[in-house]
Amino acid sequence: MANGDKITFRVTPFRTLLMFFAALFVGTALYRMVTGLSITNLSDAWPWGLWTVVDVKLGVALAAGGFTTAGIYYVLGIKKIKSVVEPALLTAWLGYCMVALGLLIDLGRWYNFWHPIFFWGHHSVMFELYICVLLYTIVLTIEFIPTLFHRFGWIRTAGFFKGFTALLVIAGIALSTMHQSSLGSMYVLMAGKLDQLWWTLMLPILYFSSAVAVGPAVVACESALSGKSHNHKWDDEAMPFLAKWSGYVLSFYALVRFTDLIVRGQLQRLFAFDIQSLMCLLELFVGCVLPLFFFWLYTIRGRFMDKKMIVRNSILIILGVVLNRSNVVLTGMAKAAGGTYFPSIGEITITLGLISFGVLIYLFIVENFEVFSHQEEKEDMGISHTKTNGALSL
Amino acid sequence: MSRAVLVDLTKCFGCGACTVACKLWNEKKYDDAKKPTVGENAKLCDINWTVVDKHVVKDASGKDAWRFAKKQCLHCNEPACASSCLVGALRKTEDGPVVYSPDLCVGCRYCMVACPFNIPTYEWERSFPEVSKCQMCSTRVARNEMPACVSVCPNQVMKFGERDQLLKEAHTLIASNSLYIKHVYGEKEAGGTAWMYVSDQPFEKLGYRTAVRNEPLPAYTWKILNKIPAALIGWTGILTGIYLFTKRRDAVRASKKDKEREK
Repeated sequence: MANGDKITFRVTPFRTLLMFFAALFVGTALYRMVTGLSITNLSDAWPWGLWTVVDVKLGVALAAGGFTTAGIYYVLGIKKIKSVVEPALLTAWLGYCMVALGLLIDLGRWYNFWHPIFFWGHHSVMFELYICVLLYTIVLTIEFIPTLFHRFGWIRTAGFFKGFTALLVIAGIALSTMHQSSLGSMYVLMAGKLDQLWWTLMLPILYFSSAVAVGPAVVACESALSGKSHNHKWDDEAMPFLAKWSGYVLSFYALVRFTDLIVRGQLQRLFAFDIQSLMCLLELFVGCVLPLFFFWLYTIRGRFMDKKMIVRNSILIILGVVLNRSNVVLTGMAKAAGGTYFPSIGEITITLGLISFGVLIYLFIVENFEVFSHQEEKEDMGISHTKTNGALSL
Repeated sequence: MSRAVLVDLTKCFGCGACTVACKLWNEKKYDDAKKPTVGENAKLCDINWTVVDKHVVKDASGKDAWRFAKKQCLHCNEPACASSCLVGALRKTEDGPVVYSPDLCVGCRYCMVACPFNIPTYEWERSFPEVSKCQMCSTRVARNEMPACVSVCPNQVMKFGERDQLLKEAHTLIASNSLYIKHVYGEKEAGGTAWMYVSDQPFEKLGYRTAVRNEPLPAYTWKILNKIPAALIGWTGILTGIYLFTKRRDAVRASKKDKEREK
């Protein structure tokens, strides 16, 4: 897009719906921040719920594509995945901004959000998580900001920030390693409360490896989805590489997960067929067994991983991580908590609205800034809305 | 010196004087309709820092009998809540009580999830809620006075003193009388707590969480956290190494290509 083009934003029915949710989000969030947490179904037995699972745990895990692809490209020097690095950075940056916003809304005394910077609870995993997420959001902002500067023609400023890329990428990986694993370590403290199917000292390793596997899977889904509306091609070199990366990392995850269950003598528990065991079986089947079956089938037979296979596998891996994180926060804690929890309309509105908000900003940036720099043909935004229609056009 | 309380549940007849004393000393509201402090429905909550809940059990002769269980924060020797707090709003004092500073609190509620006994509660109805739990009357304990609830008990159910001393007494008591079950609840739970109980009924029947580990819980986290500095330095080193290697490799390749082109 040439410098000087007007900022545009296409309005489709799907986007109108997103805007509706985003507006609801702003209203509900403001109301919640003034009146407290009474709009939620959270209770003394269930102090954490939907927001912790989706806005924080899943937000961070699914934004792992940023540091994984940046690491593969810059540190390992795999140049063929170039086309996905910038979109992945954008998703990660937006993801972390949304996580920060989601966390702020979740905090009971949100106006104290800056306290951890000055009052260090250095024995707390939550403290480590807070500092890492804060620093990494800053790192991501500096990593992504050259793209914005380019659009305004500030090439030199953009170049100045580009000079820090190597440093930022390495810092980003180190920070991500710490906080992705911390999300797991956080539950190590709940020994005796979290169900044995999930409680293990391996939690940090499991959380980190599953994040490294799911990051590229999100990138693949994003590319497939946005490719339709933004007319950039499926990268037949980058995507199979990322799919293999996810496959091998997920194999490692599954190896640790199953070995851990066996070593701790929990295999029998796995087939107790109560709600915990059923949810765990579902999680393992959808998130490990199925995607690994397809991955190894293709790898052993030497078949080329086409778009259909990659997207299918990516969806399975993402679902697996969604199930895993919700199982740790909700299913696995249910027995110790007692009572039941189901998110209230207010909680659902805020989560849905937060996601809609993020998607809208994503679409806006993709449309106005050169994120997909390898677009084969640059379409005229004025015409494109007549070509595309329905929900598929996002 | 760490102060503690030993509760002999066989002596409690459920008058609830302790819960009244608690509300008076800590200036907590009453809501007997929705949040009773004594009886079958008594539950710890934002305004109830201590409750006495009633349980129907079988006594030694197999007949139905009532038992009353006093509940409040157990004030762990190594509290999971304090280790979980990212700003240090919860801390263990030298005297024994685990106290909370609302001014520091961010409201993440990790302490509530972390507590092995499910003790901390929250002021869900307030705009800017505080975590709510027994402070063991820390200002009284600091002056060597017993907590308010202990001081008013008409039947001397609770005894205030040094933890080591009380633990010895508890063991002498349960050894001398065959009615007591041979377990001092709080001696080892979560690494030991300041409040300890003896009873003639199994503790799980009286609503005490027994699926609690005997190791102090912060030790688990610390096993992981103390490895972080070394891991961080090592990992950054490895990444930098790989980065410099690939950069050098690419530079060599590029110069080779240039030379070939020149030829």
